[in-house]
Amino acid sequence: MARIELKNIVKKYGDGFPAVNDVSIDIADGELLILVGPSGCGKSTLLRMIVGLEDITSGDLLIDGERVNDLAPRERDLAMVFQNYALYPHLTVGENIAFPLRLAHGKVSEEEVRSRVQRAADMLELNEHLDRKPANLSGGQRQRVAMGRAIVRDAKAFLFDEPLSNLDAKLRGQMRTEIARMQRSLATTTVYVTHDQTEAMTLGDRVAVLRKGVLQQVASPRELYEQPVNLFVAGFIGSPPMNFLPARVAGDRLQLPFCEVPAPAVIGAERRQGELLVVGVRPEHFDDVEVTEAPAGAVTFSAPVDVTEWLGNELYAYIPFEAAAETKEQLAELDRELDGESMRSQLVVTLDAMTSVRDGDTAQLWFDPDRMHVFDPSTGENLTRDEERAVAIGELSEKLRLRSLERAARSSGGRKEPMGART
Amino acid sequence: MGAMSRKEKGLWYLGALFIVLYALLPVAWIVSLSFKAESDLANRSFLPTNATGENYSGIFSGDGAELFLPALRNSVIVCLVATVIAVVLAMFAAYAIARLDFPGKRLVLTSALAVAVFPVITMVTPLFNLWRQIGLYDTIPGLVIPYLALTLPISIWTMSAFFRGIPWDMEQAAQVDGATSWQAFRKVIVPLAAPGVFTTAIIAFFIAWNDFVFGISLTSTSRAQPVPAALSSFTGSSYFVQPTGAISAAAVIVTIPVVLLALVFQRRIVAGLTNGAVKG
Ligand SMILES: Nc1ncnc2c1ncn2[C@@H]1O[C@H](COP(=O)(O)OP(=O)(O)OP(=O)(O)O)[C@@H](O)[C@H]1O
Ligand SMILES: [Mg+2]
Repeated sequence: MARIELKNIVKKYGDGFPAVNDVSIDIADGELLILVGPSGCGKSTLLRMIVGLEDITSGDLLIDGERVNDLAPRERDLAMVFQNYALYPHLTVGENIAFPLRLAHGKVSEEEVRSRVQRAADMLELNEHLDRKPANLSGGQRQRVAMGRAIVRDAKAFLFDEPLSNLDAKLRGQMRTEIARMQRSLATTTVYVTHDQTEAMTLGDRVAVLRKGVLQQVASPRELYEQPVNLFVAGFIGSPPMNFLPARVAGDRLQLPFCEVPAPAVIGAERRQGELLVVGVRPEHFDDVEVTEAPAGAVTFSAPVDVTEWLGNELYAYIPFEAAAETKEQLAELDRELDGESMRSQLVVTLDAMTSVRDGDTAQLWFDPDRMHVFDPSTGENLTRDEERAVAIGELSEKLRLRSLERAARSSGGRKEPMGART
Repeated sequence: MGAMSRKEKGLWYLGALFIVLYALLPVAWIVSLSFKAESDLANRSFLPTNATGENYSGIFSGDGAELFLPALRNSVIVCLVATVIAVVLAMFAAYAIARLDFPGKRLVLTSALAVAVFPVITMVTPLFNLWRQIGLYDTIPGLVIPYLALTLPISIWTMSAFFRGIPWDMEQAAQVDGATSWQAFRKVIVPLAAPGVFTTAIIAFFIAWNDFVFGISLTSTSRAQPVPAALSSFTGSSYFVQPTGAISAAAVIVTIPVVLLALVFQRRIVAGLTNGAVKG
């Protein structure tokens, strides 16, 4: 039960390298905030500063309005699930979960400890494993023990550092839903670190995207998807990632590799004649003319398909194109940063599984230019971002969050703290 | 390695059996000797014709007692003291080596190694002269100090290797769980480090217990003489009889603590206690 405020947080390690640079985020009570970004962008560092394992070089960290920069981890009363779980190997599962309670000398009676461990074990389905040692558990079970240790006491907030990164895809999906459900029912403020953008999009109320220690955007998943502030966020969110195409401004039109589109008014085409911009279109915003009729205003073009991948419910088609040397360099750089392996410049389109497009065909495709984004390649800034729309999306998702919290509170019988805190 | 075929397995067992026999045969022989009567010693048969305890009673209450019992006492005291000091010092050193980054870290380790491989015999003569000068000759501390030179380097090495393997994240996890630094150390680090400390202590004890060179050179009387040195000054019941039986009995007696230690702490020594602490 806490609000966590980060104000201009900076972390410089011994070598002067700023691992986290001027990050400010306000995390509301009961909110689930996701920290996401490529490897090495400072996610763990930020989390460790919040929990108190890492000194804050400058800036303020406030929990419930109180500055906690100089408090020891113990005094901050936050629970954390470590990237490697950090279970105590010499203790049984039950004792691992009970550990935080046992430390609170005498404050929690033996009986209370037992009942709370029992409740956590019920919740995480660890009942038959309580007497086993962590060494004998599977990855998923260890992960649940680590969660149990976090939820067993009434910490002010939960901090998760990539808790699912070691699980296989199926288990990851299950645990993800489980974590979302648990967070809702406990209504505890949570900061969740991941580099998996699916986790980020599905779990969080809001997502903070970090890049090289700098905060790019904090917004609801929907806003990140629809109104990214820059090339980096646009490329990071979504799978397969957004296509970036070189676009030359000519008159009031943009010349793309396979077609021309009207230049959106907001980019100020008349000031940018001849300039090279970057247009971003998501793969799922393309469609096959044969499957779906192109609506009015759509841009239709034909393109040679190199390779297709049929996934059952949809089909990916890869369409190579020649990019101008100047954008190619920059896009390759961006791709590297996003942990991608750009081998060639190609367009990826997600088509309906009904499509008859196959390898080597020339496909007739369309997309709606209203859904495309135009970026300034030198700054990466999204020129077509619609602030009003972004604010509207933000308000909507906040409303949805509060509603689901309310629903959770109702369904847990009005109990505010399901783990049975102060009895 | 993959699954072994039956034949491969059989060969492994055969090899293991050979090594075990090779190692245990002399031990069995000494045990057998220790139960032989004086007349029996050279009878060229493995088992005693008539098992007798006279060798044992000889060293505990008979002629050998005044030589053997003080030596046993000296050995126990010297080895325990040397082990405790070596382990405590090595613990601090290994902790620093495993946890901290300080200039000269490599130097500490390499010089420990250098001391460990230094031939013991070269230390004996200077120590003998020095100890005579400053009055440490034939005293308990006079043995403890050179024993530290034997045990400390190896203790530092084994313990720092062990400490490096401890998942120190645990300490931080404990702190987040609400532990003070002291609680985190006592409840998490100590139980994880204990097997390493025990293993080191046992190794150190064995090394000290088995020493002969320092024992024979730096002591002369039952004031400080340890068992291995005392055995060499055993005499038989008469000038013409070799004290083989008595020496065998004494050798069996001094082996017992070693075997006991190994058995009692076997479970402690077993590594792999830290498995499963982290994912993987
Ligand atoms: N103890 C340290 N000393 C110096 N630099 C460090 C230290 N720990 C981390 N860094 C640097 O800080 C940056 C951020 O590291 P951090 O562990 O926070 O990344 P991350 O986002 O959690 O990455 P991952 O997804 O791989 O876990 C990295 O560039 C890393 O090299
Ligand atoms: Mg990390």
